[in-house]
Amino acid sequence: MSEIDTQRRQFLKTSAGAAAIAIAPGMMLIQTAHGDTQAASSKVRWGMLIDTAQCKEGCNDCVSACNKENGLSGKTGPTDSQWIRKIEIKDISSGRGLSLPMMCQHCEHPPCVDVCPTNASFKRADGIVLVDRHRCIGCRYCMMACPYKARSFVHEPLQDQNPDVPRGKGTVEACSLCVHRIDKGQIPACAEACQNKAILFGDLNDANSEIAKKIRSVASVQIRADLQLNTGVRYQGL
Amino acid sequence: MRLLVSLLLCLCIPLAWAAEANAPKLDIGKGGQCVKDTQWMRKNHMHMLRHQREETVRKGIRVEQDALKNCVECHASLQDDSVVAREDSFCSGCHRYAAVKIDCFECHASKRKQALANKEAK
Repeated sequence: MSEIDTQRRQFLKTSAGAAAIAIAPGMMLIQTAHGDTQAASSKVRWGMLIDTAQCKEGCNDCVSACNKENGLSGKTGPTDSQWIRKIEIKDISSGRGLSLPMMCQHCEHPPCVDVCPTNASFKRADGIVLVDRHRCIGCRYCMMACPYKARSFVHEPLQDQNPDVPRGKGTVEACSLCVHRIDKGQIPACAEACQNKAILFGDLNDANSEIAKKIRSVASVQIRADLQLNTGVRYQGL
Repeated sequence: MRLLVSLLLCLCIPLAWAAEANAPKLDIGKGGQCVKDTQWMRKNHMHMLRHQREETVRKGIRVEQDALKNCVECHASLQDDSVVAREDSFCSGCHRYAAVKIDCFECHASKRKQALANKEAK
């Protein structure tokens, strides 16, 4: 090897090292400045298990918590938004009554997404079904397609929305599983508010999560399982 | 030729001054620079917001610094906590001057989180 070659090699090594030292702190700074910018992961599938035995008749805590968190009026008229509602059902022959919360079931194969003409209805990588209000044109096809009557249309102009939950006139909205809370590592407002712990929230895909263990050990059903939508919200004791 | 150029210059400089004089005096709230410098932001904030909204809503990538919520936190007026409430508010003042309609705040909160919390407490 000639002397020039060795020198060149040495020079390249030194400059590469110097460049790495110069760039590294910059990269570190950018990472710290931006904080956690992780995208929703498709390894996760968020879901809920609702224990109807624990859900008390007349209790409305989940509904009020949802209204407060998402800035809904709490009215139940035909033109008011309801993201979650309490339903009382009764078997006529036996007289057995049940009370349960009903909301967007966050299907794996959501009919609302199938019918949306603008791709405003979409399923996030972690299984949460959302409306992108930037694209929603308010046609309400999704409301007709949803077998659970989970979506609402905003009829009137709104003021003073929660900064974390933008909502506006002329668009469709529904339970977002409190996506803004999930992204912060919190659980949905309804699950947190339920005093009897009737709503269990967690990752259905994680075999070690509480929800996955419970679904393995107790009988639970999906509502309208015949439609094969594979809902993320399951009910126990229905 | 030289005469023409100097004439043009004479015409342009007062025009530029006039434009600066007519520019809206905005209530910039706390102000300060957190994303990019003022000129860059004037020219490009709409592209940033558009990019950010796709990333956040559809992919769940939340960059606190680039969020509209964060813009409002600093630039809302210190008097009424809003970016659109008055003629000289940070967003509406300039958009009125540029004659560009914004519909961001038909859905997004135009006030500081703290202001809304205070209102609720009352």
